[in-house]
Amino acid sequence: IIASEYHKKIKDAFEVFDHEANNTVDVREIGTIIRSLGCCPSEGELHDLIAEVEEEEPTGYIRFEKFLPVMTEVLLERRYRPIPEDTLLRAFEVLDPSKRGFLTKEELIKYMTEEGEPFSQEEMEEMLSAAIDPESNSIHYKDYIAMMVVDDS
Amino acid sequence: MSRRGALRLPPGPGSPGSQARFSIPAAAFRAAALIQRWYRRYVARLEMRRHCTWRIFQSIEYAGQQDQVKLHDFFSYLVEHFTPSSNHERDFLNRVFTEERFPQDAEMEKFSDYKSIEVPDNYTGPRLSFPLLPDHAAALVEAFRRKQQLHARYVLNLLHETRKHLEQLPNITRVSTCYSEEVTVCGDLHGQLDDLIFIFYKNGLPSPERAYVFNGDFVDRGKDSVEILMVLFAFMLVYPKEFHLNRGNHEDHMVNLRYGFTKEVMHKYKTHGKKILKTLQDVFCWLPLATLVDEKVLILHGGVSDMTDLELLAKLDRHKIVSTLRRKTRKENGKQATKEKATPPSGAGRPTPWFLPQTRSLPASPLRLGASGAPRAGRSSSIPCSCPADAKEPARRARRSVDLELDRCRRQAGLPVSPAQGEPLLCTPEADSEAEEPPEPTQEEWKQVVDILWSDPMTQDGCKANTIRGGGCYFGPNVTEQLLQKYNLQFLIRSHECKPEGYEFCHSRKVLTIFSASNYYEVGSNRGAYVKLGPALTPYIVQYQANEATHTLTMRQRISRVEEAALRSLREKLFAHSSDLLGEFKKHDADKTGFITLSDWAEAVESVLRLGLPWRMLRPQLVRSSTDNTLEYRSWLEDLAKEQLSHENIQSSLLETLYQNRSNLETIFRIIDSDHSGFISLDEFRQTWKLFSSHMNVDITDDCICDLARSIDFNKDGHIDINEFLEAFRLVEQSCPEGEASDCRQATSTTDGGCSKPGTH
Repeated sequence: IIASEYHKKIKDAFEVFDHEANNTVDVREIGTIIRSLGCCPSEGELHDLIAEVEEEEPTGYIRFEKFLPVMTEVLLERRYRPIPEDTLLRAFEVLDPSKRGFLTKEELIKYMTEEGEPFSQEEMEEMLSAAIDPESNSIHYKDYIAMMVVDDS
Repeated sequence: MSRRGALRLPPGPGSPGSQARFSIPAAAFRAAALIQRWYRRYVARLEMRRHCTWRIFQSIEYAGQQDQVKLHDFFSYLVEHFTPSSNHERDFLNRVFTEERFPQDAEMEKFSDYKSIEVPDNYTGPRLSFPLLPDHAAALVEAFRRKQQLHARYVLNLLHETRKHLEQLPNITRVSTCYSEEVTVCGDLHGQLDDLIFIFYKNGLPSPERAYVFNGDFVDRGKDSVEILMVLFAFMLVYPKEFHLNRGNHEDHMVNLRYGFTKEVMHKYKTHGKKILKTLQDVFCWLPLATLVDEKVLILHGGVSDMTDLELLAKLDRHKIVSTLRRKTRKENGKQATKEKATPPSGAGRPTPWFLPQTRSLPASPLRLGASGAPRAGRSSSIPCSCPADAKEPARRARRSVDLELDRCRRQAGLPVSPAQGEPLLCTPEADSEAEEPPEPTQEEWKQVVDILWSDPMTQDGCKANTIRGGGCYFGPNVTEQLLQKYNLQFLIRSHECKPEGYEFCHSRKVLTIFSASNYYEVGSNRGAYVKLGPALTPYIVQYQANEATHTLTMRQRISRVEEAALRSLREKLFAHSSDLLGEFKKHDADKTGFITLSDWAEAVESVLRLGLPWRMLRPQLVRSSTDNTLEYRSWLEDLAKEQLSHENIQSSLLETLYQNRSNLETIFRIIDSDHSGFISLDEFRQTWKLFSSHMNVDITDDCICDLARSIDFNKDGHIDINEFLEAFRLVEQSCPEGEASDCRQATSTTDGGCSKPGTH
């Protein structure tokens, strides 16, 4: 029963990007679809997932028939769980060892574009526009997280 | 859209900055990765919301367009099948459903007569004198920017001159980048003057060095359609060689009835609006159908089909295509069917009406594309000296073009244009009685024009009927390719569809959609764009968004704002279908618990609304209160109603139905109100509703309609002001005045299976 519920959810999310109503979506939208279904994979994990649902000879499109079983499995196994608020907070604190309660704009840029799975310039700019307090030119991460979490629900 | 970042390891010992980095443990790396992962998910969810919002707007828009077509089907159906039960009804029907004869030239002169209109001394708006000079056109833009209004006399004068100019133009305009080095192509403007002003500001005013092509849909929806037309026509007269216009599907008086342009004109020009509209009806028909740049780039409004024939399009009389929504019919009689001059229909009897879905398969070889249909016997608007004596078809066409040509000659000579009846014909031996009718487009000609004004590209190969819009087709990459090859073209530029970025390439960059109305659905919904072509014909795109506020909003805020607007529309629609929804919910609640699962909710809503929306994705925004995956549906419906209505007692299926069909009703009213007075009589309202409800299968008694009509006629003069009537149903902000609250309730209550008489007014 749960599987069929998941099927409908997956179908709905898929259809949002199925512009031609022919059960295919552009491969570049798969990440958005997967994440909107409640998963939080890393870029690397996303790559692997895409490799699973791609055609033998990649066409740039993903077919629903291939996507559905793989995605159902992911949901059933509760893979790529979202990150709880406190884990996120601790991550920011790691980057702020002196416990100031904030990161400067430069620090944020440095970490986000040079560490981990770096942001593109567009991603960085977008995050800055909402995160940075223009007066102090820094991100008070606790407030930031609180704001984003409210938004999300 | 997900962005793939490569996994990077921390830099090695020799790289710059590594000193500092060595001291940062791997924990920082992991922390950063975690934050990025979380952030990307957040962005993805925003993206999803943005896409869903887009879908809402589009599906509501297209459903509206479908409705429009259904409305016309409805009229045609009634014309053929409805037996009026009284002379009264017969007259009414005749008046509504018989298309007025398209005004002959003598009448047109009367309509566009502007000389008799006096401009008062205290008029401070812009003044025009002809021939127009470039300064006048620029001054006009400036005047409109300062919110001035052009006097009706100048409007009509300008339209008169515009028509004279347009009549001389061919159906397909040819532009060369030899003369003006660059050509700027703009898409839909839809009455948004701010965008036009912005384009001129950013790209420069039209000039001999700066050619412009405006690709249709100048009017409707936005609030400054009149001003846009004035500016475009003025520049066209000033720079006839460099400034070009294509007709769009909204340059059509029938479409304007629904989408706001008619309303705008009547509102801005109370005395002369009707004249202006009539003149415009004519001007629209004279707009060219397409533009060709350097014989290589084809610009047209909608798209193409697998049957698109540029030669036929170049030769037909575009003036005959009055509206792409309704093929002109003569005054109703049975002879019409047999006189169908269509290309041979597929089956016996009448050809399938264009508005019914039909799948077309692509012919096997490209050579067949041009060979369909009757041989075109060199039709042009000049008088043929001899016609084949055998084939009837070319002869009929020849006769018609003869008539046209005779009329034109007469007009130029200043002679009164006489009706075509009984005119001695120059060359054909067989003069049947059919010769007397006024000229009409053939089925094929009409379809060719509909296709180029209404079609949309799709990613799959093939060509199928565009059922979403109700006209034209969806054309695939192979159709594009065949057309480009057949006519030796490089690519197509079209408009017709709103795109988030203002433009979009498809079919391997062989088709470019350009859309110039920014913030079309709502502030922040999309950018506008225009494209520039130089001699190399490489498209160079410029985007913009004509609203300062949007720049300062974050993506999140922009999306929320547009989303709110979309959801509001959606909630209105949901409310309008309350009874149907309740019925559907009950089906899922066999045990009568009052609860249904959220999954059932999604199914039920889709089956009632049929908008093809991702309801499960939208659910969190539409269903606030739900415990453990179930929903108490009655209170959800009540909450919906509370939002929509200002006081709780107006709950009736009649109101709902009216609200649901609001835009259809408005259109019908405008058609009935043929003198554009803004009033229809109570009786007309009754008749309309009766017809409408019989078609829509709504069970409402005559008495209820009467009562409703009377209760709406607030000033009791026997007339209903259309606008007030519709305002009364714009329920979100309206509140029923205290004194009439009880009347409203009584007049509209149908729950007791009958109607109670309204109390004393």
